[in-house]
Amino acid sequence: MNANLTLLLVMGVLYAVGIYLLLEKSLTRVLLGLMLLANATNILLLTTGGYAGLAPVFNKDIPSGEYNDPLPQAFILTSIVISFAVTAFMLGLIYRSWLLSRADDIQVDLEDIRVATQGLYDDEEDSEIAVEISDFHENDQPLGKRETIPGIGPKRSEKPAKPEKPSKPDKPGKEKA
Amino acid sequence: MPGSGCRANIKALFTRGNHATDSPRGIFAATRLVGWEGWLANIHPRDSLIAGPKHAETLVLFVLCAHFLVAIFAPILFSRMGRSAFYVLAAIPGISFVWLIAQYDNVFSDTLPSPSLDIPWVPVLRLDLDFRMDPLSWILCLLVLGIGALVLAYCARYFKTNDAGLGGFGAQLLAFAGVMFGLVTADNFILLFIFWELTTVLSYLLIGYARTRIAARRAALQALIVTTFGGLAMLVGLIMVGETAGTYSISAVVAKAPELMAAVGMPRTVLDVGIALILVGAVTKSALLPFHFWLPGAMAAPTPVSAYLHAAAMVKAGIYLIARLAPGFSETQYWQTIILVLGLGTMLLGGWRALRQHDLKLILAYGTVSQLGFLTLVVGLGGQEAAMAGMAMVLAHGLFKASLFLVVGIIDHQSGTRDIRELSGVFKSAPKLGVVALIGAASMAGLPPTAGFVAKEGIFQALLANAGHGPSGAVVGWILVVGVVLGSALTFGYSARFMWGGFATKSKGMATVFKPVSWLFLAAPALLAGLTLAYAFLPSVVEGWIKPYSSQFPSYDPHGLHLMLWHGFTPALGLSAIVVGLGLVLFLARTQVESWQAKLPPVVDAERGYRQSIVVLDAVAIWVTGRTQRGSLFFYLVVILSTAIAAVLAVLVLGDQQWSNNLYLIDPGSPFQIVAGAVIIIGAVAAARASKRFMAVLMVSVTGYGIALIFALQGAPDLALTQMLVETIILVAFVLAMRSLPAGLEERKSGSHKGLRMLLGVVFGATMVVVGALAMGARIHDPVSLSMPKMAYEGGGGLNVVNVTLVDIRAWDTFGEISVLAIAATGVASLIFVRGRGVRLPRAETVATGSIGRLRASLPAPTIKIAKKFSGSSHNPWLVAGRTLAPERRSIIIEVVTRLVFHSIMIISVYLLLAGHNGTGGGFAGGLVAGLALTIRYLAGGRFELAEATRVSAGTLLGLGLAMAALTGLAPLFFGGEVFQSAIVSFDWPIFGNVKFVTSTLFDIGVYLIVVGLVVDVLRSLGSEIDQHEESGMAAIELIEDDEPLEVGR
Repeated sequence: MNANLTLLLVMGVLYAVGIYLLLEKSLTRVLLGLMLLANATNILLLTTGGYAGLAPVFNKDIPSGEYNDPLPQAFILTSIVISFAVTAFMLGLIYRSWLLSRADDIQVDLEDIRVATQGLYDDEEDSEIAVEISDFHENDQPLGKRETIPGIGPKRSEKPAKPEKPSKPDKPGKEKA
Repeated sequence: MPGSGCRANIKALFTRGNHATDSPRGIFAATRLVGWEGWLANIHPRDSLIAGPKHAETLVLFVLCAHFLVAIFAPILFSRMGRSAFYVLAAIPGISFVWLIAQYDNVFSDTLPSPSLDIPWVPVLRLDLDFRMDPLSWILCLLVLGIGALVLAYCARYFKTNDAGLGGFGAQLLAFAGVMFGLVTADNFILLFIFWELTTVLSYLLIGYARTRIAARRAALQALIVTTFGGLAMLVGLIMVGETAGTYSISAVVAKAPELMAAVGMPRTVLDVGIALILVGAVTKSALLPFHFWLPGAMAAPTPVSAYLHAAAMVKAGIYLIARLAPGFSETQYWQTIILVLGLGTMLLGGWRALRQHDLKLILAYGTVSQLGFLTLVVGLGGQEAAMAGMAMVLAHGLFKASLFLVVGIIDHQSGTRDIRELSGVFKSAPKLGVVALIGAASMAGLPPTAGFVAKEGIFQALLANAGHGPSGAVVGWILVVGVVLGSALTFGYSARFMWGGFATKSKGMATVFKPVSWLFLAAPALLAGLTLAYAFLPSVVEGWIKPYSSQFPSYDPHGLHLMLWHGFTPALGLSAIVVGLGLVLFLARTQVESWQAKLPPVVDAERGYRQSIVVLDAVAIWVTGRTQRGSLFFYLVVILSTAIAAVLAVLVLGDQQWSNNLYLIDPGSPFQIVAGAVIIIGAVAAARASKRFMAVLMVSVTGYGIALIFALQGAPDLALTQMLVETIILVAFVLAMRSLPAGLEERKSGSHKGLRMLLGVVFGATMVVVGALAMGARIHDPVSLSMPKMAYEGGGGLNVVNVTLVDIRAWDTFGEISVLAIAATGVASLIFVRGRGVRLPRAETVATGSIGRLRASLPAPTIKIAKKFSGSSHNPWLVAGRTLAPERRSIIIEVVTRLVFHSIMIISVYLLLAGHNGTGGGFAGGLVAGLALTIRYLAGGRFELAEATRVSAGTLLGLGLAMAALTGLAPLFFGGEVFQSAIVSFDWPIFGNVKFVTSTLFDIGVYLIVVGLVVDVLRSLGSEIDQHEESGMAAIELIEDDEPLEVGR
């Protein structure tokens, strides 16, 4: 098969510049990079159609090899419109980011760093807890206050009745605090 | 098979009036064996317990569904009825239990196969909803349904109405009963596995009922991890065995066992390992060594849950699986080792540990561990006697252990503790409770006249027979006898400890406060205790239940084994006597035993091992996460791109590549594309170097317009048109969105990795060039699209192949695409408006003239004067809402031009939409043109002008468009066609003559509406709404002197 070197080269440059911009910090440049990548991909798709040909409008006297391949064209048409939608969405994002943080930059995700630097100890899994010896936790009153028959109650001091620490639902929270 | 069943069923219903005395067994014959005639022939008079349809097959499914359905509605019941709703829930397994009893004749028929139901589900995966109710399943169902009903009823007195989350708890417990029922009746490995894992999940939820307690959550998670681990091993085993056998039907696999066992070499090894892996699942579920620790941990569950899950039902799942496979596979390579070593070891360890517990529930928990080992050993041993005695013990254990757990629950409920050091004098306070407990404990210890004694006698007899004639040989046989006697002595010891600890008066006059026990509360354990006694006096009934199962095994005792309360003076009775003697010693010397145990280092501390492996897992997880998830998009992208490049290059280097034999620079059909290409390259490089925001945007647009030119030259007018339109609208959107951002776009000096970025970009671009060239070279066939022009014309009724491809040939793609458009449009609106699509603007006439968009900076006086003069006219000379704009914002030229061109552009857009089927255009292009027209209106007259132009909200447009496209896709179904099939309708109109209409045009109109909706959303969000932000000063607040970035994720 044949390969159109001009189109391939243009595509290569668009990919190269697109990647270069995509790796930027500025959101605007990232968006521009994405648009260039979309354009590059459209050209790649177009290349698969082979040589330039007639516009694919059916005429029964023209053999179908004469047309430019309509299938990649349909793909590209889809791609163009989707890229438009994505671009509009990204523009919304950029504006929102500007509104909220006055920054047009991609920032490091602090939450990820927090996850990576956490210790091994976890309250939920590793804290010492008291042995529970009843299903009826409302009975966990301070020792000695439970009703017993006067004078003959068992020795309460043996019972480990330390109330459990309140649980912490979010692990990262504790480091922040 | 289901088909014939159905047919017979219907006929049966029809004839029921004439034959009021049909029998269930007759119907089974009809459905399964001889068809409708057979059903008539089998009719014989018999009164049935349950009226209505009597198909056990379908009722299995009905029982299952009833549990799940009622479980779904349980929370509503609880909010209406409070804790009494438990009685309603208990009715479900209760009624099912009655039905189960009524099925006795069918299940235990000598002549007919067991009732079974096969519903194909995913035949490709051999995953079918197969259920089978054979005697073994039936026995397990007795426990599952019977004890399930009792425990649920018991809950009605155990919990308080205002306990948190009671509705969910009740639902889970009922669903659990249903799942267990499914587990023991499933006749497909995968289905069994699904139920198996469902019990795991539900047990997780049930153990963790006390959501606010760390102990409960920890125990729940531990049980989940351990049993899921085993479950996964089991899944692998099930697949290995299923694939070896060529079927996933459990009954078929067991029936095929002799054939499978006869195999040699690889298939046999696969079978051995597969069965061993299945046993791993059973071992974890039934809490055998070394996974036993999860069961005592799971005592953090409410006591009724322990009674049901950890005594009667879930932990029996492992025993059930062993019993299910034992008839065929008890002689596989690893079976005996796993069963005997782990079974005996667990029995001894559990009993030993139980002797030092102070929590009544933990005594029972370790006792259960011990008994599960015991049951595993006996049930898995193989041989008719062991099977009979083992199943007898399964039933006996279910009765007494559930009863004892429920007793512990009552003690805890009435006194507030389960600690045997605190309890005293309970027997005196609650003698009835004490008697119930005594019967259960006697059964546990193996004392007459209880079920436990009958079963244990049977087991001793079976073990003696096994030692004499069994396959495992005399040495192993006698080791088992001695081990089990020791284990039973331990059992006696902890049974006595339980009774003494829970009920005895430990020092004179000392008594725990114990509220009176209501008879409703006591009913469930009392009933179970009654059954324990009844069992002992009617052992032949139980024997009859087990006989069909146990007779699958070879017999090792010439006399056979009969369950009896009194055998006479037999060796087995002698062993019982030894057990009682040893057990009494253990009990009397309990203080010494306890302190001695405390001094011994723990031999097996599996829980510690579990904890350490979890710690290691945590450490590895944090390490890996820390190395890979750094929160830097740059880092991720570099990794992704490098991988992409490396993978492609590896294939290039290693693979055998066919290079394109014709690389050409100049396409003879479009020689000028090289010029367009050069422009694009210049634009792209300039975009990367631009230091002003809008310059960069413009340069990217240059590449876009350049590509439109290439499209046009290549023979793709539709693409060229669409690309031009999109490029224009994007440009407007950019300007609108970025007007508040600073103009400069300076590159950060620090940390910008410029060299690396360039390198990656160049290498990636070069790789893509090579890939592109290679891909062209790899093509050896004619394109599939060669036939598309003809298809488009004849099938799609259109000349424009690209358009017909979009709306007809590949309409599914387009449908997906427009859905994405609708989502993106909604996304844009949400990002800017945050809530909804924004309130609709008031009509333009309510807005004061010249009030919108006043500039703060003062303009030169003459300019203002001219502007005011122009805008002074009271009516709207050109645009509907143009007058609302501040004078200094208005431009007469733009307003006039807009007035002139708007309608023409709209007509062009409709023309493009309708002509697209045959010429250049289509829904996309038409919609974009309409969007452009609206953009012009907005730019000329401001947001009120846009609002006047689009009185329909963007959301409505998007919804209408999607609905239209979807309906066009679905409509053909009603005419017997396929989804998105198009039809050509031609009719004569007076003036237009013959008009040919293709239904896919309707789809294109949907596309058109969505594209218009998207553009309107973009204009209203990025245009109108940001206008308002600007005017309210929201977007223009000066940057506060604060270099700290806002914290993310707050």
